[in-house]
Amino acid sequence: MTSNSLVYLIALPLFGSAVLLLAGRRSDRWGHLLATALSAGSFGIGLMQFSQMLSRSNEQRAVSQKLFSWISVGSFEVDAGLMLDQLSICFVLLITGVGTLIHIYSIAYMSHDHDRRRFFAFLNFFIAAMLLLVLGDSYLNLYVGWEGVGLASYLLIGFWNQKPTYATAAKKAFIANRVGDMGLSLAIMIAFATLGTVSFAGVKEHASQASTGALTAIGIMLLVAATGKSAQFPLQSWLGDAMAGPTPVSALIHAATMVTAGVYLITRSNFIFDAAPTAQLCVAIIGAITLLFGAVIGMAKDDIKKALAASTMSQIGYMVLGAGLGPAGYAFAIMHLLTHGFFKAGMFLGAGSVMHGMDDEVNMRRYGGLSKFMPITFATFGLGYLAIIGVPPFAGFYSKDKIIEVAFNAGGIKGITLGVAALLGAAITAFYMTRVVILTFAGSKRWDDKAHPHESPFLMWGPMALLALGSVTSGFLFTHGDALRNWLAPVVEQIPAHEGELLSPMIVSILALVLVVLGVSLAVIKYFLNEVPETVPENVTIFTKLARRDLLQDAFNEAAFMRPGQSLTRALVKTDVAVIDGAVRGIARLASGSGKALRTTQTGFVRSYAMWILLGAIALIAAIWMVTL
Amino acid sequence: MNWLTTLMALPLVGALVISVLPKSNALAAKRAAFATTLIVAGATITMAVQFQRDNVEIQFVESRSWIPSFGIKYALGIDGIALVLILLSVLLAPIVVLAGWNESSGGRWSAKTFYILLLVLETMIVGVFSATDVFLFYVFFEAMLVPVYFLIGGFGTGERSAAAVKFLLYSLFGGLLMLASIIALYVLSGEQIGHTFDLAALSHLTMDSTTENFLFLGFFIAFAIKAPLWPLHTWLPDAAASATPGTSVLLLGVLDKVGTFGMIRYCMTLFPHATKTFTPMIIVLALISIIYGAFLAIGQKDLKRLIAFTSISHFGFITLGIFSMTSQGQSGATLYMFNHGFSTAALFLIGGWMMSRRGSSKIADFGGLQRVTPVMAWTFFIAGMSSLALPGLSSFVSEFLVLVGTYTRYPVAAVIGTFGIVLAALYILIPVQRALHGPVTPGNEGLSDLNMRERIAIAPVLAIIIALGFYPSPLLNVINPAAAHTIAQSGFTDPVSQIDAKAGK
Repeated sequence: MTSNSLVYLIALPLFGSAVLLLAGRRSDRWGHLLATALSAGSFGIGLMQFSQMLSRSNEQRAVSQKLFSWISVGSFEVDAGLMLDQLSICFVLLITGVGTLIHIYSIAYMSHDHDRRRFFAFLNFFIAAMLLLVLGDSYLNLYVGWEGVGLASYLLIGFWNQKPTYATAAKKAFIANRVGDMGLSLAIMIAFATLGTVSFAGVKEHASQASTGALTAIGIMLLVAATGKSAQFPLQSWLGDAMAGPTPVSALIHAATMVTAGVYLITRSNFIFDAAPTAQLCVAIIGAITLLFGAVIGMAKDDIKKALAASTMSQIGYMVLGAGLGPAGYAFAIMHLLTHGFFKAGMFLGAGSVMHGMDDEVNMRRYGGLSKFMPITFATFGLGYLAIIGVPPFAGFYSKDKIIEVAFNAGGIKGITLGVAALLGAAITAFYMTRVVILTFAGSKRWDDKAHPHESPFLMWGPMALLALGSVTSGFLFTHGDALRNWLAPVVEQIPAHEGELLSPMIVSILALVLVVLGVSLAVIKYFLNEVPETVPENVTIFTKLARRDLLQDAFNEAAFMRPGQSLTRALVKTDVAVIDGAVRGIARLASGSGKALRTTQTGFVRSYAMWILLGAIALIAAIWMVTL
Repeated sequence: MNWLTTLMALPLVGALVISVLPKSNALAAKRAAFATTLIVAGATITMAVQFQRDNVEIQFVESRSWIPSFGIKYALGIDGIALVLILLSVLLAPIVVLAGWNESSGGRWSAKTFYILLLVLETMIVGVFSATDVFLFYVFFEAMLVPVYFLIGGFGTGERSAAAVKFLLYSLFGGLLMLASIIALYVLSGEQIGHTFDLAALSHLTMDSTTENFLFLGFFIAFAIKAPLWPLHTWLPDAAASATPGTSVLLLGVLDKVGTFGMIRYCMTLFPHATKTFTPMIIVLALISIIYGAFLAIGQKDLKRLIAFTSISHFGFITLGIFSMTSQGQSGATLYMFNHGFSTAALFLIGGWMMSRRGSSKIADFGGLQRVTPVMAWTFFIAGMSSLALPGLSSFVSEFLVLVGTYTRYPVAAVIGTFGIVLAALYILIPVQRALHGPVTPGNEGLSDLNMRERIAIAPVLAIIIALGFYPSPLLNVINPAAAHTIAQSGFTDPVSQIDAKAGK
């Protein structure tokens, strides 16, 4: 089926960003309202599309729209085309829904910023690019959205780039993402060389005829792309620094939507990974590594936003793990992505609300006892907390337990290893999230009297409350009657649930809950029953020290890539002048007999030039004259 | 109507008008030059709409005997590739005049001279892209050096004389090698088909492989210097650092394209077998240019030199596309030439405004411009994004076509070339951060933002960069038939995909 309204989903916010950027300061007074209205308009179209989809049978739900022929050279033909199916509508509603809430929140959060209009222009641009990413009907269209969101992320991380460290953080994010984008570029090239097409429909249709080697190569390259965008190991190091951006950006881009694009890419490419088991296994392994990596870092962070960022990395690890488990896991990966979109965006907005009331302080050691002063923030944050650690019946319980369960049931050593990693991650999550809640909201105050903590205005807590509602209910709604699994069935191949399972859902849930209780208890003992020092304790284990330094991710990148790269650059610059240009100068000197001759050409250059022309002309005429004899 | 001759005559008429203007009236010279370039652009567009895009034959053909005793003809004609390059040149010309309104003031000679040189150069550029007689091409190829030499040496900055001489010597050296090859072709034609310099006729010559290889190299080295390809590039950073921004735009944006254009039109057409022989070597040189140019750009402290090195990297991509011998690579390479012209123009012109305001071209002297001169900073940023081939902007389409076309025949080369996209992010974002971000550093507080003239000059450049990113078809439709024809002439066909090969298609 075709639909002519898909393009408006993207066009509305794109128009908004163009107006705000081109109108400049003239739109300062109303720019944020226009941007919010257009984002809401996009959400409206999304809802309309969704209701129309519901009215059709599950096989008939996908709609598409061809705009024009974008690039066509020889057999390389790519249309500017959009496609909305059961998978992309989940993202459309998440992006525009959460996006609009965050627009509203930002009206208040950014109200004192001189450049609020520019902020909203970038937000709208992000919404447009992200929608293109999930609506594009080919890998190349997706690529445009993929780098578009990267640009939006760069611009928003560096929104306050007058501060050099923030500017550096933005650059770091862009470059880490570009490394990933190399993977996406290569995946598209291999797909074209192998299958002769780069559209999703075409690749899906022909994938079965391609060699496993080619499909594995495509899969691995897509995984590289996903690790960049979704901050997965080994391209994860940019996400913590990305917290330099204003907090609504952290909530929308670096928690709920953009960073989950890797999960979308892998799920969208299920037809490749299902036919390339090696690549699929790599996906699961990367997910498992990252979920532990992020969780460990999360335990040691004192900056509330960086703790949440580490948590995001870890939670996306769960999603990637789920997507790496193949048909059994895709639906749960997407489910966790959606529930995480609610509870993590909610908690980030909560963190923003705390910062708003605490003069932009981010160090949790300078918080404490804030629940009295910010009851709504505490309540919404608390609901998100219960959801992420997986307490029933909150959202995370449904989505995360399912991934753990599927991991265990993947079979053999693979299943046990991945399952144990996921379970362990759940325990650590419980620990570090409890730590965040206690350090921020419980205990005694550790801030000085200059701070005047206060609850945020309605424009801020309203969106937080709605997201909290999602954190409470979404998990149940998605699993009730296997709603989301059935919904996604036409897009991702499904295998019957509960086939040859190692552990039953009940046992997984009990195991997980026991570990969660363990994690929570440890955090309560350490941070609630004991005094929290205001300064960072130095007499800690090497393990804590490593976690504080993000498990040496930056040290490694600097030693392995940055410094050698800088040395190489310096050496090449020197070589270019001394050796290559030097050789040319030497030859020139040799040819002209002596250095003196060359100097003359440089001094009386007009006369010498005339002589050159004359000589050239004589040579030319002489040559032609001679050969015709 | 003799369109091409008209296009070449119009700038000369403009130059004549300017030459009779009083020397003191610089403004009149500027206005006359601007009007002339606008008229040429308008005339070219009128011609372009009459171009039959699906016709692979040379169009707008003109042929007159010039030096009959040597069989030299004044023969002109264009295909889609030449048309696109002529369009690039004549569209950039008025922008360069308007953007560099005050560029002529720091020179040895008057503004009059500056604009006469510029217009004469425009005539020769149209000539070099439309000549179908090899000797005529050679004349334009060499004569073009004269106005550029004086534009750099007479109106540039810093070590302008030395840079101009270096540029000249390099080019003359290449030209001499090409001349030797041309003469040899002439001799061969005398033996086989009667003395001629006609390109189409010469492409049917038979020669043994040693001769063909040598003659190919004569042309190729001349073009590799012009393009420039590693390791023949060292004249370019010096020339770009000394030339005025407008001259740099013409030099890197247009004149250097004569090198890559020559590889397609002359090397591939005249010497198909030698082209095949040398392709692996040239691909290696192209890859070195991509990576080497990018690293050198990252290491530059001077903005002009940085932009020059990014171009060396980009010319590596263009050469890679040409010698991938696939329709995607070939079309991508020509589209790349057009897009690179505009993206480099944007970088040089906006960079030029930054440098003239600050009185320095050192990147370290800038800081925090986004907060002082937002329009100048953001337009420079967009130009930078175009240079790193951000999807949605024009250069992405061409760069991706080059890579995907290369991959189908030379996967390893494409993988190495793809590393260039990461390095591109570095060479753009590092100067962006240093110059535009961070706190406003001393010396930058009082800089003025772009004025109306500058905004009008840069707006069409950015508009083209964005529009062609989303809708490249108008150009691709013109380029595709010519590119496919070129490859077919050289005896290549596109590799088929793995599954089509399996299915026996």
